[in-house]
Amino acid sequence: MSTEKNMIRRGFLSQAIVGLGLLSLGGCSKIAATSWGRSILHSVEALTRRAQRLFLSPSALAPEFAESDLSPVFKANGTQSPDDAHFQALAANNFVDYRLEIDGLVERPAKLSLPELRALPAREQITRHDCVEGWSCIGKWKGVKLGALLDSAGLKSNARYVVFHCFDVLEKSPDGTGIYYESIDLVDAFHPQTILAYEMNGVTLPLAHGAPLRLRLERQLGYKMAKYIRRIEVVESFAGFGRGNGGFWEDRGYEWYAGI
Amino acid sequence: MENKFLSTNLNPEGLETGGYRIFRHPILVRLTHWINAICLFVLLMSGLQIFNAHPALYWGQKSDFQHPLLSMGAERNSENTLIGTTNVLGYKFITTGILGVSIGTDGRPTERGFPGWMTLPAWQDLASGRLWHFLAAWGIVFSLMVYFVNGFVSGHFWHRLVPTGDQLRHFGPSIWDHIRLRFPKGEEAKQYNVLQKLTYILVIFVVLPVTVLAGFTMSPGLDAAFPQLLTVFGGRQSARTIHFLAASALVLFFIVHVALVLVSGVWNNMCSMITGWYTIEPAGRDNREH
Repeated sequence: MSTEKNMIRRGFLSQAIVGLGLLSLGGCSKIAATSWGRSILHSVEALTRRAQRLFLSPSALAPEFAESDLSPVFKANGTQSPDDAHFQALAANNFVDYRLEIDGLVERPAKLSLPELRALPAREQITRHDCVEGWSCIGKWKGVKLGALLDSAGLKSNARYVVFHCFDVLEKSPDGTGIYYESIDLVDAFHPQTILAYEMNGVTLPLAHGAPLRLRLERQLGYKMAKYIRRIEVVESFAGFGRGNGGFWEDRGYEWYAGI
Repeated sequence: MENKFLSTNLNPEGLETGGYRIFRHPILVRLTHWINAICLFVLLMSGLQIFNAHPALYWGQKSDFQHPLLSMGAERNSENTLIGTTNVLGYKFITTGILGVSIGTDGRPTERGFPGWMTLPAWQDLASGRLWHFLAAWGIVFSLMVYFVNGFVSGHFWHRLVPTGDQLRHFGPSIWDHIRLRFPKGEEAKQYNVLQKLTYILVIFVVLPVTVLAGFTMSPGLDAAFPQLLTVFGGRQSARTIHFLAASALVLFFIVHVALVLVSGVWNNMCSMITGWYTIEPAGRDNREH
């Protein structure tokens, strides 16, 4: 074997090693900064969603727990009490004047008071709340089944997503993109455990946890479960809301499908 | 002496000393090896980024915030200096500079679980950390599927990883040789030694699957599809802890693996994992001069 050939081989090896080294910190950050890098990173979300939906039948329930499993302290993340003056006025009066608006692609838009919501088919469940940060708390939730609510409003044929508009502003920004909102598709909206909770651990939903009404979406992460819901809008596409990614945190780089 | 050392350790042919080359690693093994290596590297660093979003570990279904198994944090001492602390099973350690408090991107001490140089991205960015983590997770899942199917179908696992009876009978001497960094030569070097085989079996069939499955258990979607995962791992927070420990075991494996690759002939080893060809040194001669 000639030295020349050895050197070529050695050159190839060092190049391979350098190539691997390029994938270190700096390399990854540079890839993430490019538009194709971003699109590859985000295409993974679609793969995850499709794979999970393949294994996850529409009716598969999230695990439910016993009273003895309840977290003694349930951490409240995000807004603890919206600043909005209208909201504060409603809260001061125990949400007597609160009306949940349901509109968009529905046959019968409605404005429902809390007593009217409590009269609709309800579900109570003890479930685990998983924050994207990594922690979990177990709580008991009672609320109106979102599917029943949507059925009573009557979906139009082009309805695809349910958008939740909230009272809280999580990030002050002049263009209004700091207002909390979320969106889910109809598979999740009609899931039996998907409820708009008005009770937590046997009492009226506390302010820190999203009074008067919050979403429970038990097969996804906590940030999907919008608090302080003001209005439900049924849409064909969520591209026109916020910065177009389907939710407050989605607009800040998080996945729209948060089942992982 | 100097030349002899070079010829045995660095010459890929080993011809001067009567060595010969064998084809050791098939293309699928080499390919999946490097894909796995890149994916594990990204998974580890993005995993530490995700951990930093809530730098604490618990046992069971839920987080008992008062009693974490492990937690990292910051506090101020009497001189108002930021001190990094790490609590392990109730014992507190000062870990300023590495865990709890480290130098941030602005050059000042910052409260943080693992330091920026260990995480991807270097700055606090959970959203990007998750994207990287799941990209590499899919990468390694596909790569491992190819590796496992190939391993079983081709007989690679059976012929290359299962120790022979003879190897098991010489387990003791084999460990002693390893401790003295004496590596097999000749016929013996044609196959993995017994410690190597057992370590690979442990990593491939126990540590990697446990890491992946514990990762699955942290997904609320997969918990609904496969509630058995929660039974196996004893809850989501246990699974998160086990995921962390199994990943730590992989880091330990990586360190030992790379160290042994370096001391047992880095050129020959690297060459064989890239080209497939491995040089067998003649038996009965020790390449270690001292």
